[in-house]
Amino acid sequence: MKITYDWLKDHLQTNNSEKLLLSKLTDIGLEVERIEDTSTDLDKFIIAKIVKVKKHPNADRLKVCNVDIGNEEIVEVVCGASNAKDGLLTIYAPPGAIIPKNNMKLSVTKIRNVTSYGMLCSEAELNLSNESEGIIELEKNKHDKKIGKKYFGKKPSKLIDLSITPNRPDCLGVIGIARDLSAAGFGKFKVYKNKSVNFKGNNKINVKISKEKNQGCLAFGSCLIKNVKNVESPAWLKDKLISVGQKPISAIVDVTNYIMLDLNRPLHAYDADKINKGITVRNSKNGEKFKALNNKEYKLSEGMCVISDNSGVLGLGGIIGGTTTGTEFSTKNVLIESAYFNPRSIRKTSKLLNIDTDAKYRFERGIDPLSIEKGLIRAAQLIKEICGGDINKIDIQNITKYKDTHIKFDINSFYKIAGFELSKKVVVKILSNLGFGIKSNKEILKLKVPSWRPDITQEIDIVEELMRIYGYDKIQQIEPIKDRRKPTLNKTQKLFHFLQRAVAAKGYREVITWSFTDSKVNDLFKSNSKDIEIINPISSDLNVLRSSILSNLIFNLNKNLNRDFKDLLLFEIGPVFYGSNPGEQETVIGGLRSGKIDRLSWIEKERNVDIFDVKRDVFQTLVEVGYDRSKFFVDDKTPNYYHPGKSGRVFLNKGKDKVAAYFGEIHPTIIKKMNIKTESLMVFEIFLDNLKETKRSLKDQKTKYSISDFQKSERDFAFIIDKNFDTQALIDIIFNTDKELIKDVNIFDVYEGEKIPNDKKSIALNVNIQSMHKPLKETDLEKLNNLIIINVEKKTGAKIRS
Amino acid sequence: MSDLKKIKDDFLLKLKSKTNLSELNQIKLDLFGNEGLITSQFKKIGSIPDSEKKKFATDLNLIKDELNSVINQKTKELEIDQINSKLEKEKIDVTLPERGFLRGKVHPVSQTIDEISSIFSEIGFSVEEGPDVENEYNNFTALNTPDNHPARDMHDTFYLDVNKEKLLRTHTSPVQIRTMMNGKAPFKIIAPGRTYRSDSDQTHSPMFHQVEGLHIDKNINMGHLKGCLNYFIKEFFEVDKIKMRFRPSHFPFTEPSAEVDIGYEIKDGKISIGEGDKWLEILGCGMVHPNVLKNVKVDPKKYQGYAFGIGIDRLAMLKYGINDLRSFFECDYRWLNHYGFDPIDVPTNYRGLSR
Repeated sequence: MKITYDWLKDHLQTNNSEKLLLSKLTDIGLEVERIEDTSTDLDKFIIAKIVKVKKHPNADRLKVCNVDIGNEEIVEVVCGASNAKDGLLTIYAPPGAIIPKNNMKLSVTKIRNVTSYGMLCSEAELNLSNESEGIIELEKNKHDKKIGKKYFGKKPSKLIDLSITPNRPDCLGVIGIARDLSAAGFGKFKVYKNKSVNFKGNNKINVKISKEKNQGCLAFGSCLIKNVKNVESPAWLKDKLISVGQKPISAIVDVTNYIMLDLNRPLHAYDADKINKGITVRNSKNGEKFKALNNKEYKLSEGMCVISDNSGVLGLGGIIGGTTTGTEFSTKNVLIESAYFNPRSIRKTSKLLNIDTDAKYRFERGIDPLSIEKGLIRAAQLIKEICGGDINKIDIQNITKYKDTHIKFDINSFYKIAGFELSKKVVVKILSNLGFGIKSNKEILKLKVPSWRPDITQEIDIVEELMRIYGYDKIQQIEPIKDRRKPTLNKTQKLFHFLQRAVAAKGYREVITWSFTDSKVNDLFKSNSKDIEIINPISSDLNVLRSSILSNLIFNLNKNLNRDFKDLLLFEIGPVFYGSNPGEQETVIGGLRSGKIDRLSWIEKERNVDIFDVKRDVFQTLVEVGYDRSKFFVDDKTPNYYHPGKSGRVFLNKGKDKVAAYFGEIHPTIIKKMNIKTESLMVFEIFLDNLKETKRSLKDQKTKYSISDFQKSERDFAFIIDKNFDTQALIDIIFNTDKELIKDVNIFDVYEGEKIPNDKKSIALNVNIQSMHKPLKETDLEKLNNLIIINVEKKTGAKIRS
Repeated sequence: MSDLKKIKDDFLLKLKSKTNLSELNQIKLDLFGNEGLITSQFKKIGSIPDSEKKKFATDLNLIKDELNSVINQKTKELEIDQINSKLEKEKIDVTLPERGFLRGKVHPVSQTIDEISSIFSEIGFSVEEGPDVENEYNNFTALNTPDNHPARDMHDTFYLDVNKEKLLRTHTSPVQIRTMMNGKAPFKIIAPGRTYRSDSDQTHSPMFHQVEGLHIDKNINMGHLKGCLNYFIKEFFEVDKIKMRFRPSHFPFTEPSAEVDIGYEIKDGKISIGEGDKWLEILGCGMVHPNVLKNVKVDPKKYQGYAFGIGIDRLAMLKYGINDLRSFFECDYRWLNHYGFDPIDVPTNYRGLSR
């Protein structure tokens, strides 16, 4: 909402400074968003006289004018206007001035080799009217003595742009803002009253509000003014509109706009002669067409509130008028509409058709239903003043009658919410200044809510009004008590935070990427689920919710690779989605490593990142979280975005509950499709929701501390075993040979090749043996040794290597 | 007698000259070996007359000790020399670079969430969460923002179905609804998380982070709200004093509603929070609207309280001097390194939030 201090003063008697105004506006909840100082710009435009017009030497259509800009100074200005002639008084803009129409800053320029110092202006260029033909011609006798003086004599006051919250339709009119300010002690509110009107005649256009199931129009007031002469608005009206950034059009239109901005009473003007018989306000029929004043044609669907005549739709009620009945300078008879439309209906229609207008903005927030007549009279009077004509009697059609809202307000309820008391005297003063009707009975006030405040319906609304006007700065701060009755984080949340930092501690950098992604990329990482589409995505490459944590991660890896980074470690912890219902999401931590390890190291041999790097990261993380490594179980069943031979699936227990993690190499076809250029790309996913929450805390899970001081022995074995036999199973078998004595099994060599049959591999391992109870004799060890060999050979078909 | 003296003098002379360890061993053998000069002198003791025996033995022992000590001394010196010369050969260039190490980082948003949680933990808030996909009811209707309410325009909502029933939550406020629906008053929670609006420019991104706060109990009023936020802002920015302003505003789910500004100034091109005469909007808050309480079956006659919503990304930007919101989500490796936090830096009360 744009206002000026000057305009406010139409409704407010005050001598307060502008600075105070700005802070007061903000204090009462009318946030000042922006202030635009136009005065300094307009100061530069001065009244000047063309002394002599010469032909431009190099252009037929241009003229070179000697212009008297006062103080006996003559400048040369190149001008294209046909009406430029000797002795003409006009407006001169010097170099440095900013032209209001296009915000262009003038400079000294050469036009076809003749230097032009500034410019002579047309009305359009100064936003004074649409007149762009020729330069302004000022009246001689009025301006002759003012050559060299500023044209815009009165300094226009600053434009103040307010951000009005949607609950305050009343402040979409200057009068409402003035009322609020005065209630807060800023100036005295000038009560607005229309002068009495002389109605000349009872002519009217018949209006019917048809009976509909959902009639969007509840009241329709109209006033016919006959024999007008539509003209350009007088300066005061133009200035007013220009001062808040509105474009003057013609007196009739300007008057309706002015009243809308001043009183928050939207009006619409029809050329009465273009209306085919009477007006019917009805619901639209499906497929009806209508051309609006914005020159767009709309195809209506059923049930939109339209103003129509016998020929068709004249306008969308409360939203936009149509071209067929628009007023023009030739308009002789004008019909002014002042109606009340249901906010819901307005909103629904404008959303469907995607139209936003000043009227729609106001009606959907709620217009004062009692302002219909006031607006009509004000408009009729102004039009008569400017355009002449005869005002006919006002006609108002209603389908419902406005009912006042009454609220019982207990003064004590203020204290309950605010934490401090307000005297009855103050309460009554504030509320009556805001326009409330008040009947008081001890601590209880019976309030009649002003008709322009549709937002106020209950007691708490009154508390807010009092608080707002009295001042939020009066709220007494109460220090918080440092008292914790519940743990801050639950187990899952703790796990989230732990994992996040555990993975970061392994050298990964945390990224946060969108929860949505490109469906084409998402498809690559989607197992079998359906796309979860966003129906109004911000761009077509962010059109689905992500099914995997990897899509955006790899996409962003690529961006970094293209920046010439090679060896990257990235991770993200966040939601992935498997359905479009609330809660159909799970938390995943995804990580990736690209490129090499020890690239260009003088001391280590560089190598590609491999699967066992990410396997280590996953396992170490899980162990740090508190899970038992010896119970982990891995197999090779992984989703199709992994390399089928170089990826693994992790369970916390062999019982195969839920997948704790995947790790491995990304499928080569994805690397190709996404055009990823790196020596190696390894990823992992850990599924938080699948990590079993243990009831007991980590400290309670600890087993008793027991160690053995008896001699520890080691034995090495090498087995030739089927190539496809899982080493994990071999280790299990060895452990299970004697769970008590075997403390550790370490694989120290895996070999395929020469001297080993093609379908076999050789695995060399080291077994740690120690008893908790006694020193082991050579015979005991030998016995265990043989047992291990027998066991392994029997269960796996392996052969011990001699 | 002269024999002994001669031996001593000869050998001391020998030991004085340059020797190496093997020469020294030879000398040792020459003196104390089975056939050694000193050894053979000891063998002579038996044949010496009693009158001289004692003196001879004493002298011999003295000489033996003296020679021994010189030899030992010499041995030590030689050994040290040998080690030193060996170490000299082993010298390496210690200014060569160390083995490479990795620096993992936690995203500034995550760090900020931890800081916020730590602060609110002190005054008894616990953390709640809600899903990113919400239904229209929890995101709007239950929050006193019925269909066709103009306030819905302020939220450019991403929808997942044509009927606009499923959406990406536009704020963390639906967590209030979920928490109150599923629990019993009193409530004292914060809810950080991802939020979504279809808006994108330098200060808006289609995804951002908010933290919701809710405190419902008997007799919680606006003074508590002001006190809580003042405490939070002071703690978060780690300053002793904060200039804070409550400005009336409107949110359908709170009444009275306020926007909170904090004072700041620009000093040497850097923003300094807490002082100065400029105002910066950092959060929205208010008393939970009775309609909201009714919607979640909390009796507004018995319980009341406040709620607030803070933009986490914005807080992080202010505290850590990050200019562009979009950079948070661009995943630039350099940016992550520059603005990210060491995973060891867990914000805590006793160590302070930031280093």
